Amino acid sequence: MALTDEQVEYVATLARLGLSDEERARLREQLSSILGHIDRLRELDTSAIPPTAQVIPLDPVLRDDIARPSLTLEQVLANAPRSENGFIRVNAILDEE
Amino acid sequence: MAGDLIYLSVDEARDLLDRREVSSVELTEAHLARIEAVEDRVKAFITATPEQAREGARLADERIAAGAAATFTGIPITLKDVLCTRDAPTTAGSQILRDFLPPYDATAVARLREQGAVFVGKSNTDEFAMGSSTENSSFHTTRNPWDLARVPGGSSGGPIAAVAAGEAIVGLGSETGGSVRQPAGFCGIVGLKTTYGRISRYGLIAFASSLDQIGPATRTVADCAHTLGAIAGHDPADSTSAPVPVPDYRAALTGDIKGLRVGVPREYFDQGLEPGVEAAVRQGLRVIEGLGAELVEISLPTSLSGLPTYYIIAPAEASANLARYDGVKYGLSVPRGDLLATYLATRRAGFGAEVKRRIMLGTYALSSGYYDAYYVKAQKVRTLIKAEFDRAFGRDDGADGRAAGVVDVIIAPTSPTTAFRIGERSDDPYAMYMADVLTIPANLAGIPSVAVPCGFADGLPVSLQVMGPAFAEDLILRVAEAYERSTDWTARRPPLDGAPREAIVGSGV
Repeated sequence: MALTDEQVEYVATLARLGLSDEERARLREQLSSILGHIDRLRELDTSAIPPTAQVIPLDPVLRDDIARPSLTLEQVLANAPRSENGFIRVNAILDEE
Repeated sequence: MAGDLIYLSVDEARDLLDRREVSSVELTEAHLARIEAVEDRVKAFITATPEQAREGARLADERIAAGAAATFTGIPITLKDVLCTRDAPTTAGSQILRDFLPPYDATAVARLREQGAVFVGKSNTDEFAMGSSTENSSFHTTRNPWDLARVPGGSSGGPIAAVAAGEAIVGLGSETGGSVRQPAGFCGIVGLKTTYGRISRYGLIAFASSLDQIGPATRTVADCAHTLGAIAGHDPADSTSAPVPVPDYRAALTGDIKGLRVGVPREYFDQGLEPGVEAAVRQGLRVIEGLGAELVEISLPTSLSGLPTYYIIAPAEASANLARYDGVKYGLSVPRGDLLATYLATRRAGFGAEVKRRIMLGTYALSSGYYDAYYVKAQKVRTLIKAEFDRAFGRDDGADGRAAGVVDVIIAPTSPTTAFRIGERSDDPYAMYMADVLTIPANLAGIPSVAVPCGFADGLPVSLQVMGPAFAEDLILRVAEAYERSTDWTARRPPLDGAPREAIVGSGV
């Protein structure tokens, strides 16, 4: 399965991954090669096989909705790159007005 | 004195501490001195934490004096740097988390801390645990204590090399596709991958959530049993931790494996095994047979599809888990004019080549038009791999308890090769992935497996793994410990102190 430059760029955009031209070229080659190995799975007939998302039986896990002590605001914001007045600061995503 | 206090087992250290022959401060200083002495060669740590260790040792001594010691009170431990610690940075080996100080401890860490364990430092890992050699760490490559020109394996190469080099008594690593067993095998120590759900992952930095498990890295099987007992069990903070009782794993080590049926899967010996690896594992099997177990040749053909299956499922889940590193809430941030540009710039600067490769692979496998062909396909093959193990262990529906071909445990080589040279595989991603070809099936099936040293090939450690049915950690540890008792492989120490390697490994197998 050989990928095109356009596919690599499209997937990088989906993944929110900035790539240099060199990285893009190298990834096109490496991912094509890895997918070549992976495509071997097509030889297995799985038409009647259900998928397994995870392997142990677990019922839906719910807990009672009870307020409990949690991290303080200071602890939560301690690692935030930019914060202001108890909020994490982030670029505006909508135009002002 | 200090030299005598490294390379102790947990039981030996516990005995010395409880009889007050040695204080935890002395034991801890001996390990800090060992770190000083060998770390420039081994490079096992990202962040050594001597101050936290000294404080922990002081508190441990008070607790021992008060007669309230638990198994790990005062015992020096190293944690792979994907386990969150509230008193030390947790980097995941990545520049994107290089300054991250977690606000809480992982549950496994908290359980050891409650016992009064002493944490000597955060040890190296491939970035976000993605790798088989620690060469993908964004800090440095850890060296194999048996040969400093070779990799320790990975991704848990840091804690594994530290324990092998005597820098800590016990390490905690993590596994997604063999990341404890493979390096344990390369460095000649014991490594355990537990049943999916056996140990809480709360506070373990996520890689692939349907596979990730924390695992002990220890020099003996008994130490492994102690460590598992301390950290296993249900945790309300991790809804995927299983509500299954925790047995006394240490007490399960009876040495008696008479009458056990040991499956030997022929396909695992047909994966480009180095002759010295095959010879050591076959010799190990003869020892186990000599202990009264019955060897049964079995076939697990679908296991061979494990590697490609894993390299869809793990990157797919990783691409979703690593979406959280966006330069907004925590971690590295490279601010740009708008939010999308900030995301792109932050992730470009913060992630290394292998992490980008896996995010790309995973995003592709999950993208519209390819989801069924890759991700769903891989999940179906996982069903087949698990069903094959279930049949081998007689756990499938309608199985006759002791039907022909049904086995109690399965033994195979841990890796096809011994430790490879630093740089040898770094230009060929798939060749690197092949290092995990024999460990990955157990991860996909969710079953436990313990790697135990079984000899040497060309002066480098060789390892065999004992796999068992889900939640049969007590059984696989019993087999591994019975084997360990009748050999002296886990008593061998790497040649860091001037002794020639030939004198340590002897005639090899």
